[in-house]
Amino acid sequence: MSVFEWTPLETAAKIKKKEVSVREVTEAALKRVGDVDAEVGAFLRTEEDYALRQADIVQKKIDGGEELGPLAGVPFGLKDNICTKGLETTCASKILSGFRPPYHATATRKLEKAGVIMIGKTNMDEFAMGSTSETSYYKTTKNPWDLSRVPGGSSGGSAAAVAAREVPFTIGTDTGGSIRQPAAYCGVTGLKPTYGAVSRFGLIAYGSSLDQIGPIAPTARDCAAVFNAISGYDEMDSTSMPLEIDALREIDGGVKGMKIGIPKSYFGEGLHEEVRAAVLAAAKVFAAEGAEIEEFDFPMLDYAVPAYYIIASAEASSNLSRYDGVKYGFRSEQAESLRDIYLKTRTEGFGGEVKKRIMLGAFALSSGYYDAYYNKALQVKALIKKAFDEAFAKYDMILGPVAPTTAPKLGESLKDPLAMYLSDIYTVSANLSGLPGLSLPCGFDKEGMPIGMQLLGKAFDDAKLLRAGAAYQNVTSFHRETPDIAEKGGESA
Amino acid sequence: MKITDEIIDYVSSLARLDLSGDEKAKIKGEIEKIIDYMDILNTLDTADVEPMSHVLPTTNIFREDEVVASLPREEILSNAPDSDEGAFRVPKTVE
Repeated sequence: MSVFEWTPLETAAKIKKKEVSVREVTEAALKRVGDVDAEVGAFLRTEEDYALRQADIVQKKIDGGEELGPLAGVPFGLKDNICTKGLETTCASKILSGFRPPYHATATRKLEKAGVIMIGKTNMDEFAMGSTSETSYYKTTKNPWDLSRVPGGSSGGSAAAVAAREVPFTIGTDTGGSIRQPAAYCGVTGLKPTYGAVSRFGLIAYGSSLDQIGPIAPTARDCAAVFNAISGYDEMDSTSMPLEIDALREIDGGVKGMKIGIPKSYFGEGLHEEVRAAVLAAAKVFAAEGAEIEEFDFPMLDYAVPAYYIIASAEASSNLSRYDGVKYGFRSEQAESLRDIYLKTRTEGFGGEVKKRIMLGAFALSSGYYDAYYNKALQVKALIKKAFDEAFAKYDMILGPVAPTTAPKLGESLKDPLAMYLSDIYTVSANLSGLPGLSLPCGFDKEGMPIGMQLLGKAFDDAKLLRAGAAYQNVTSFHRETPDIAEKGGESA
Repeated sequence: MKITDEIIDYVSSLARLDLSGDEKAKIKGEIEKIIDYMDILNTLDTADVEPMSHVLPTTNIFREDEVVASLPREEILSNAPDSDEGAFRVPKTVE
């Protein structure tokens, strides 16, 4: 059996049993990236020296009997907007080229403590702004299921790396669907945790009230293990919550007796027929496993995308004001005065999509328009949150699609940015309301592209979502399907 | 609403962006389209709705006011495009 067919938990189990060493799986992952990533483009760069050094450190700890948890020794990829001490972190932007953070993000630190081995940084839309990973300054990531299609975004590199079985799991971030949508497009499992479940310290900010770090892996069970490793209160992030959630403890608890609501509006106009059919078929699977399924009216769907883009852009315009060409990253060579440094560095350093969102956000926050746009969006956010509170008074979770279609062709989405924004319709509400969302593979369309479904839960019900995901994956096999490229060069470790 | 050149110039100056003619026209067109779409929010009556900035039931989080070491100056400056004598260096700003 090839090392690339092992899930993260299986890989760690084999390391624990000494069937394979940490160095062997780390070298295998690095070689695998070398073999297939020229085609996929999931990684911006690998960090071989760091990875092999960590592998030896972790092996020594395992040999010494240190209890590191159920993922010890597993290689993984980290999205390039999460800080790694001394290792380049660019957000896929020119403006952060060459930036080597002086500290680890809390998530990076916790993953190191869990004994997993970061082998490289994954590609993304510039500053996580985009739904296709095509706004990256550095490279285009392809969908491993069809190299002429996008992997989704903004965590497209992270999702593609898992789909192509380059690494057992990756870490992504989700501001408006950026973990769930690429996971769906690439046929892998992704969790956007509850806001506050995972520390954002060292996550380079896009929309601070929306951003969350989360796992992408082949299965919900693996996502649970990664969630356990990265979640928890952190005094460096005062929005993180002092809750200890063990998502593995009841992972086998099943869905018997759970009430799952199906919001009718999520299945209305605009949803592709094959996606609708696959998600409704998944509902039948949950019903067969003992869950109670009920349709209900969810009123706020049409308002989620505009409210989201106003809030996210407003926060971005403020967060990205720190890029001034003085403290780190790129500085324009053309600048002669301090004002010039700001203007030229930002104008040359940011890509088109980022500039547009900064402009949109600065507009929504500017005097004269603040009440009509930004404040209005915050009021609508309150209404969306209320609609979810009412739904979760009746249901344990909500089931719907992740995206209206499967992965589009490269180059298509950026032609019509408004249409691209609208494709976030099913995912942005979870960010506005701070809720957890789990994306699970649930079928394939006629062209063989993966279809994803989404489970939304109450705040801090992350474990319940993962448990439902594991129940689904126990009786289905969509998550075990891999693209042809995943078979390539798959020699044994 | 109509996004005028004046609005685009004002906002790009707020955002410290110096957009070229082509880029300005493109962004203007796209922002106008997006703002038009966002006007759907005006169909919702929100007169009695309190704007929500934070979704979780947390208020101010305090810590003890203790002095702890900050990051070493050299490490921070090592990322700067230009530095001198332990400080970030920029062109002269005051004559």
